[in-house]
Amino acid sequence: MATEAVKFTLKLYVTGRTSRSEQAIGTLRRICREELEGRYDLAVIDILEHPKLAEEDKILATPTVIRELPLPIRTIIGDLSDEEQVLLGLDVKADR
Amino acid sequence: MVASAYNEIEKLPTGVPGLDHITEGGLPARRTTLVAGTSGSAKTVLGSHYLAAGIQEYDQSGIFITFEEPAEEIRRNLLGFGWDVAAWEREDKWRFVDVSPIIGGEPIVTGDFDFGGLMVRVEQAVKTVGAERVVLDSLGAVFTQFTDSAIVRRELLRVAAGLRDLGVTAMLTAERTSEFGDVTRHDVEEFVADNVIILRNVLEQEKRRRTVEVLKFRGTRHNKGEYPFSIIPERGIEIIPLAAIGLTQGSSNIRVTSGNDKLDAMCGGGFFRDSVVLVSGATGTGKTLMVTQFTGVGATGGEKCLLVAFEESRAQLFRNAQSWGFDFEKLEAAGKLRVVCAYPETKSLEDHLIAIRDEIETFKPDRVALDSLSALERVSSVKGFREFCIGLTSFVKDEEVATLVTSTTPTLLGGTSVTEAHISTITDSIILLRYVEMLGEMRRGLTVLKMRGSFHEKHIREYRIDENGLTLGDPFRNVVGILAGHPQNVTAEEVERLTGLFSEE
Repeated sequence: MATEAVKFTLKLYVTGRTSRSEQAIGTLRRICREELEGRYDLAVIDILEHPKLAEEDKILATPTVIRELPLPIRTIIGDLSDEEQVLLGLDVKADR
Repeated sequence: MVASAYNEIEKLPTGVPGLDHITEGGLPARRTTLVAGTSGSAKTVLGSHYLAAGIQEYDQSGIFITFEEPAEEIRRNLLGFGWDVAAWEREDKWRFVDVSPIIGGEPIVTGDFDFGGLMVRVEQAVKTVGAERVVLDSLGAVFTQFTDSAIVRRELLRVAAGLRDLGVTAMLTAERTSEFGDVTRHDVEEFVADNVIILRNVLEQEKRRRTVEVLKFRGTRHNKGEYPFSIIPERGIEIIPLAAIGLTQGSSNIRVTSGNDKLDAMCGGGFFRDSVVLVSGATGTGKTLMVTQFTGVGATGGEKCLLVAFEESRAQLFRNAQSWGFDFEKLEAAGKLRVVCAYPETKSLEDHLIAIRDEIETFKPDRVALDSLSALERVSSVKGFREFCIGLTSFVKDEEVATLVTSTTPTLLGGTSVTEAHISTITDSIILLRYVEMLGEMRRGLTVLKMRGSFHEKHIREYRIDENGLTLGDPFRNVVGILAGHPQNVTAEEVERLTGLFSEE
């Protein structure tokens, strides 16, 4: 059976460009590059600019990562300082 | 909004029945009030009612932030109170900010975070509908979503500050673990320590009793102590502001007939129109008859009379009235009489009080008779009953309706009941109906014990109950100890001697 790579669709919600936001954005981008090269979509959303999107996704805390694909949907909250936890949460080895 | 001359904190009238009374004008405006209570103490209902009343009575929009129940569930629950939240949402009067936990989607938390998402959504919602009122339900549920309570506390503090900046008057709910003890479970009161309201749902003598207490309002006045409240379908919360009712009733000199000429004479010309009269007697002494005459004569004379009966059925009452010459059916058809019969056990005392108040407000009677108070005592705790008596009397006095209430004494001869202990000081007149055992015969005696603001006869008069109703006769001249419950015959000479003891010369 061909090991077709699973596509990842990720959203990262942040509130403004705070140091916490920057840290989360940096960490997530690096993880994507290192672990999901060529098979991910990452959208960084500043809720100050897009409050409607925050409403739709029922965002409470920021930063929040939502893994929309692959299903099931997963949510990670925090500045992503613990990379191991993030990798575990995203389950980058999913279906491989 | 109400601002007083003392440069006091401005208050926002809530519109929740009774709440504005006990808070002396409403919630402190543009501030945050904590509503704490155990599970099932109606925190969510109070919060919802606060928003609903804002829309319905003050045309103020509201935001409901829910950490616990999903918005869909709240919408459905509130329909039962007659609040069509979905319609208000379409009219931009109500917005949900739904931050309830997603089932099965437990988030992983790693590192520091803030409630930026929540704040932006709340700001957005407040601005879209121009909200003046915000409810956050509940703080405890926020803590259950995150393990690091230090961060949650810091972030809630920022939310509270954010609400202040938005200029909204907010109500935050929080859980308590016990009815008496710490204000809240997570020490959240420190965020909003300025104003705290406590809701209780206490089991007392096997009866549930809901109360509300304003624990503190920093820098402004409020009424102290617990006030009972009730949750009514189609209406929401109704607080009964018992002790807060001032003795502001005017006093009327106009007299109305008791329905019995001779009794009127004993009272110095009838009952006062705005007075509460207590008729006390053992079973079979004619209390219901007095009630029938009071309402029957009143209604026949063109006054509107309300009769609330807790002991007899309509059929019984109507049949008895018929035998004493009153056609209750006709009087009711003519709109002069309204008879309400209810079993005391059907609802709590608070609900009975609200039901009676509703009847009085809609029917607008000139006279009210309640038969009997003792029957209600069965369904209540002592405290609840006392509050009921105070609530009822102050209300009927406010409305200036002549009121007759009856109370059954537990013993045949003499005696008083708990009922009387609670109500005797707040009634204007007390009439005692007592059995008198004389020479192997049971006879009946009536005396006017108290008649506030008027002369009244001091004799104990014998009376008979016959086809004409209650017929008063002569005073007992040679019996002593009737009220003590030990009637004794004395000779005519003894009566003379006793009279002589107290004579002037």
